[in-house]
Amino acid sequence: MLNFIARRVFQSIFVMLAVGFIAFAMFRYVGDPINNMVGQDTTLEQRAELRKQLGLDDPFLVQYFRFIGNAAQGDFGMSYRQRRPVSELIESRMPATLELSFVSAVIALFLGIPMGIYTALRRDGVLSRSFMTLSLIGISLPTFLIGILMILFFGVMLRWLPSFGRGDVVQLGWWSTGFLTKSGWQSLIMPAFTLALFQMTLIMRLVRAEMLEVLQTDFIKFARARGLPDRMINFRHALKNTLVPVITITGLQLGSIIAFSIITETVFQWPGMGLLFIQSIGAVDIPVMAAYLLLIAFFFVIINLIVDLLYFAVDPRLRVQKS
Amino acid sequence: MALLDIENLHIEFSSRHGNVVAIQDVSLSLEAGEILGVVGESGAGKSTIGNAVIGLLEPPGKMTQGTVLLNGERIDQLPPQAFRKVRGKRIGMIFQDPLTSLDPLQTVGDQLTESMQVHLHINQHEARERAAALLNSVGIEQAELRLDQYPHQFSGGMRQRVVIALALCCEPEVIIADEPTTALDVSIQAQILDLLRALCKEKQVGMIIITHDMGVIAEITDRVAVLYRGKLVEEGPTRQVLGSPKHLYTKSLISAVPRSDIKLRRFPMVTYIEGVQKNTKEDNLATATRWMGQQRNFGGKSDKPLVQVSKLGMRFILRNSFLKRNRISLDAVKDVTFSIKEGEVFGLVGESGSGKSTIARLIAGLYQASHGSVHFNNVNVTQLDDKKMLNSFRRQIQMVFQDPFSSLNPRMRILDIVAEPIRFHKLASTEALTRKIVSGLLDYVGLGDQALARFPHEFSGGQRQRICIARALATRPRFLICDEPTSALDVSIQAQILNLLKDLQESLGLTILFISHDLPVIRQMCDRVGVMRHGELLEVAETETLFSDPRHDYTKHLLSLMPGLDFLSQEGLEVEDAVLREAG
Amino acid sequence: MTQNVLSRAYNSDIFYSFSRSPTAIISAIVALLIGLGALFAPLVSPHNPFDLATLDLLDANIPPAWSVNGDPRFLLGTDDQGRDMLSAILYGSRISLLVGLASVMFSLVVGVSLGLISGYAGGRIDSVIMRVADVQLSFPAILIALLVDGIARGLLPRDSHDSLSLYVLIFAIGISGWVQYARTVRGATMVERNKEYVQAARLIGMRPFTILRRHILPNVLGPVLVIATIHLAVAIITEATLSFLGVGIPPTTPSLGTLIRIGNSYLFSGDWWISIFPGIALVLLALSVNLLGDWLRDALNPKLR
Repeated sequence: MLNFIARRVFQSIFVMLAVGFIAFAMFRYVGDPINNMVGQDTTLEQRAELRKQLGLDDPFLVQYFRFIGNAAQGDFGMSYRQRRPVSELIESRMPATLELSFVSAVIALFLGIPMGIYTALRRDGVLSRSFMTLSLIGISLPTFLIGILMILFFGVMLRWLPSFGRGDVVQLGWWSTGFLTKSGWQSLIMPAFTLALFQMTLIMRLVRAEMLEVLQTDFIKFARARGLPDRMINFRHALKNTLVPVITITGLQLGSIIAFSIITETVFQWPGMGLLFIQSIGAVDIPVMAAYLLLIAFFFVIINLIVDLLYFAVDPRLRVQKS
Repeated sequence: MALLDIENLHIEFSSRHGNVVAIQDVSLSLEAGEILGVVGESGAGKSTIGNAVIGLLEPPGKMTQGTVLLNGERIDQLPPQAFRKVRGKRIGMIFQDPLTSLDPLQTVGDQLTESMQVHLHINQHEARERAAALLNSVGIEQAELRLDQYPHQFSGGMRQRVVIALALCCEPEVIIADEPTTALDVSIQAQILDLLRALCKEKQVGMIIITHDMGVIAEITDRVAVLYRGKLVEEGPTRQVLGSPKHLYTKSLISAVPRSDIKLRRFPMVTYIEGVQKNTKEDNLATATRWMGQQRNFGGKSDKPLVQVSKLGMRFILRNSFLKRNRISLDAVKDVTFSIKEGEVFGLVGESGSGKSTIARLIAGLYQASHGSVHFNNVNVTQLDDKKMLNSFRRQIQMVFQDPFSSLNPRMRILDIVAEPIRFHKLASTEALTRKIVSGLLDYVGLGDQALARFPHEFSGGQRQRICIARALATRPRFLICDEPTSALDVSIQAQILNLLKDLQESLGLTILFISHDLPVIRQMCDRVGVMRHGELLEVAETETLFSDPRHDYTKHLLSLMPGLDFLSQEGLEVEDAVLREAG
Repeated sequence: MTQNVLSRAYNSDIFYSFSRSPTAIISAIVALLIGLGALFAPLVSPHNPFDLATLDLLDANIPPAWSVNGDPRFLLGTDDQGRDMLSAILYGSRISLLVGLASVMFSLVVGVSLGLISGYAGGRIDSVIMRVADVQLSFPAILIALLVDGIARGLLPRDSHDSLSLYVLIFAIGISGWVQYARTVRGATMVERNKEYVQAARLIGMRPFTILRRHILPNVLGPVLVIATIHLAVAIITEATLSFLGVGIPPTTPSLGTLIRIGNSYLFSGDWWISIFPGIALVLLALSVNLLGDWLRDALNPKLR
C-alpha cells in the first residue's frame, strides 16, 4: 500500500519537473527576457549588466534549478506587461477562479452522476430520451456560446442576473471570497452553470455508458439468478462497480474545469487566473504563462493523486493482495 | 408428480432475418435427489432451456409455448415480483465462469448474507453463522476467516465452491448448473463434480446439469437428455442411453467421444451432422501425392531425432522492480529435456499452467528461452542468427493453434491467409501458381474453391481449423506443432479434424508435436507421450506403456481423473486390432 | 467486384442500423449540407467576404433581410466590416471544417503510429511513450492548444502571426489530441498482438513492421473511427473557442468562432445577428458530427446490439 503511494508521489514529482522544464524553456527561450523588461533606451552595457545580475549567462541546468527553486517558493519573476511580481498577480486572481471552479464541479457532479444513473436504469423512458438528446446538444455547444446565450437571456432580456464581474467580495486574509455576499452569489450563478454544463453532460454520458456495461456482466446476471431485488442489484452491485472506472475519468474532467474557466472568465469578465492567462497570451507575457502552466499542472497532479487514492480505497483488488 | 416438470417448451428469437426457433417442443421432468444431464453440442439450445426455467431468458428470446411446473405449481407465468421470489429461494443456478460470477467489490460473506437476508428474512448475525457453515460444507476451510475475503483472493476451484454455496444458501429445491466445470482444471473438475453429487443426494435437491462434455455426463448424472438443434432426440437413464443409444444422432455423438480404454484406427465420421465433408482416407491420399508428396518425401518413421530439446528453461518476470529482491518471476519451463523422432507423433499432456504451450512456442521460436537449447535437424535454432538458415527453419516448422476464432485475421480473405507463407518465402513463381497451390490445399482439407474469396467469420469453428491446417501445410513443413487443436471444438467436429491430422501424418510423413490436456485424445493420436506439471517434464513413455503402466505418481493421478467411459457403446468404431498393431 | 462490395455494404448490419435511425439520417444530411456548402463556398455564396475590394463600410451592421432596416442583398445581415453574414458563415464554416479535419488527421496519424509502436514493442519504448502521454494528459487539451499557440506566437516574427495562424492552430489542436488515439490503439494492439493469427504471421517469419501494417492496423482501426468523429466535433469547438478568445483565426479571414467574437461586442447594442447566426451554424455542425459519432459507436459495438 505504501509502495503504491510512494510510486504515485514519485510519478507526480516527475510530472511536475517535466512541466517545470517546459515552463522554464518557454521562459528562457521564447523571446528575450531582457528586451521585454527594459525600455528601448537602455544601453547595451546596462543590458549586459542586467543579464549578469539575473544570472542569464549561467549554464542551462543551473538556471533550470534556480527556476524550479524559485517556483517552489512562489517566486515567478515579474510580469512583462504589468511590471508587477507574477506571484502577486496570481494571488489576487486565484480565489476567483477556485471558487468558480469549485461550485461548477459540485454542480457537474451532483447533477451529472444521478442523471447518468437514471438514464442507464430507465433506458427507454421519455425522460431518459430527452436527457440524452439534451446531452448531445450539451456537448455540441461550445462553452463560450452557452455563456453568451445566458448573458443575452438572463442578463439582457430578463435582467435577473448581473452579466459581468464578481459582485461584492469579502476579504479574508489574502483570500477574497464572493460566498458571503448576495451579489457575490448572484454573479456566480451564470458563470458556474456555463462552466458546469459541458462537464455535466460529459459525466452523465460516461456514467451511463459504464453502468450499461456493468449491467451486462456475469455477476449481475448471477445476482438476478439469486433472486435479489432490482434495487439492490442496481445500487449495491452495479453502481459500486460503475463508480470505480468513473472516478478516474471524473477526476481528470474536474481538473479540466479549472482550465475551461479560462473561457468562462473571458465571457463573463470574471477576474480570475484564466482571464489573466488569456491576456498574457495576447501580450506574450511569458512569466505569467509559465506560472499559470506550473500552477495548473500542480492542481492537476494533486487531483490525480487524490483520485488514485480514492480508487485504491474503493477497489479491494488493489488494496488486498492475493493470498 | 415430479419435482420439476417442463412441458412442450417452445422458445423463439426474433431477429432482423426472421424468427429463429431455438427450442422446439422439449419436455423434461426431474425428481428430487436426481441429477439430470442435458447434453448437446454448441448451438443445441441447452443454456436457453436453463435460462427459460429460471426466468432469465434475454430478449429478443421469448417463450411462445409450454409450461414449467415446480412441485405442481406453474411458475412460467408468474409476474416479475413473484418470480423473483422463486429465483434463488426455490431454484438456484450455477454459471460456468466462477471468475466473473462474483461481485469483485464485495466480500464473499456479504454476498452470502445478502442472499439469505433477502429470501429467508433472518438477521445479520444468524445469516453470518449460516454462511460460515455453508462454506464449510462446500469444502472451504477456515470459513470464518474467509467470509471476510474478496473473490479475487480465492483460486478458481475455490471460487466455484463459493458460487455453489451461494446457489444453495437459501435451500432451493432445484439447481440448474450450466457448464459448471468447463472453466476448471481437470483435477479440480473431479472435486467439484463429487461435491455437487454429494450435496444433491444429501439435501435431496434435484439438479439439472447442462454440458457438452460426455465425461461429466457419464460421471454423475442419473438420467440424460440429448439435445440436437433445439429438439430433444433421446432421453433416459444414463447407462442405458450411453450404453445402447437408439437415436442415430446419439449414436454418432457417442462414437465420436475419444476413448481412453481402446485405441481406434480412425475416428468415425459423425454423419448425422449436416455440413460434414466426406473426408475419406482415399480422397486425402490422392490430393496429397498430387501436391505435397512429390517434392519432399520425408521417408516415414526413423529412429533419428528430428527435434531435440535440452535443458530448456523459460522465466517470465511478473513484476519488475528496481530492486532485484522485489522482482516476482515465474519459471514456466524448468530444465526440460526430450527428443522427438522423425515421423512420430509426440504428445505433451498436462493441466493448464503446466508449461506445455510455452514449450511449443519455445520450439517454434515465438518465445526466447532463458536457458537451454533446441536443436532441429542437428542445427541449434535457439541461437540462430543467420537469416537464410532462419528462414529455412521457419519453412520447415509450422503450428496449428487452439482458438479457431483468433487464429485467422478477420480482415483477410482465405486466399490471402493461406497464400501468405507461400508469397513470403517465394515458393511459387507466379501468382497463378500460388492460387493453384492454395486451391489444392483447401481441397486437401475438405473445403472447396468458393472459400477462397470469403472471410473467416463466414466459416464455423471446425472449418476455420481446417483453414489453419491448410495454412500450416503451405510451406511443406517437416514438423507440425498442434497446440490443443481441437479443444475449442465440438466433439463431432473434433473427430473430423483429428482424422484429418492422422491422415496427413501418414501420407506426408510429418513429425507432429501434439499438445493437449485431454488424455483420451492423446491416447488416440500419439506414439509417445510426455507428462508435464508446473513446468517440469515428469515422465516420457510409449503411449500404451503410459496408459497401462504409469510410473510417476502424478501420471497415475491424471489417469485416475479420466472419466470412466468404458460402458459407452462401441458401435461403429474401428478398433485398432492388437495383431495389426504388433505387425506394423 | 464493386457490385459485390456495394451489395455487401447494403446488406450489412451497419447500413441497416443507419437506415432505421432517423437521427442518423438527418444528421448525415445536415452534415453533408454544411460540408458541401463549405466546400463549394466560392461558388455558392452570394458574396466573397474575404475580398476587401468588395466591402463597403457603409454596409456595416445591417440587420437580416426580413427585419425593418434589412437589405435584400444581405439575407442574414452584415457585420461590422460590411461583410454579408451568409457568405461569411459559408466561408467561415470552410475554415472551421478545414481546421477540424486537418487537426484530427494530424492527431490520428501521430496517435495511431505511436500507439501501434508502443503496444507492439512493449518494454522501454512503451514506457517512454506512455510517460510522455501521461505528462500531456496532466493538462486539458484546450490548455495545451492555448499554450502551443502562445509559444508559437512568441517564437514567430510578429507580422507573420496572421498568415500562419491557420497552420499554428492545426498543429496546436492536433498535438493536444493524439494521446487518446495512442492509448486506445495501444490497448487494442496489445490485445491483437497475443492473438494467434499474429503468432502465425511471426511463425512465417514476417518482420514486425509488416505485421503491424498488414495484420494489426486493420483490426485496431474500428474504435479509432469512433474517436475520430467525436474528436472532430471537439476540434471544431476548440478552434471556435480559441478564435473566440482572440488567439485563433484572425478577423481578416474569420472562422465561425472569430465571427462570434466580432459580434460579441455588438450584442448589447442590439445587433444580435452577427453572433447568433454563426453560433447556430457552429452548433448545427458540431451537433451533426456528434450524432454521427454516437450512431457509429452504437453500430460498431457488438454488445449493445
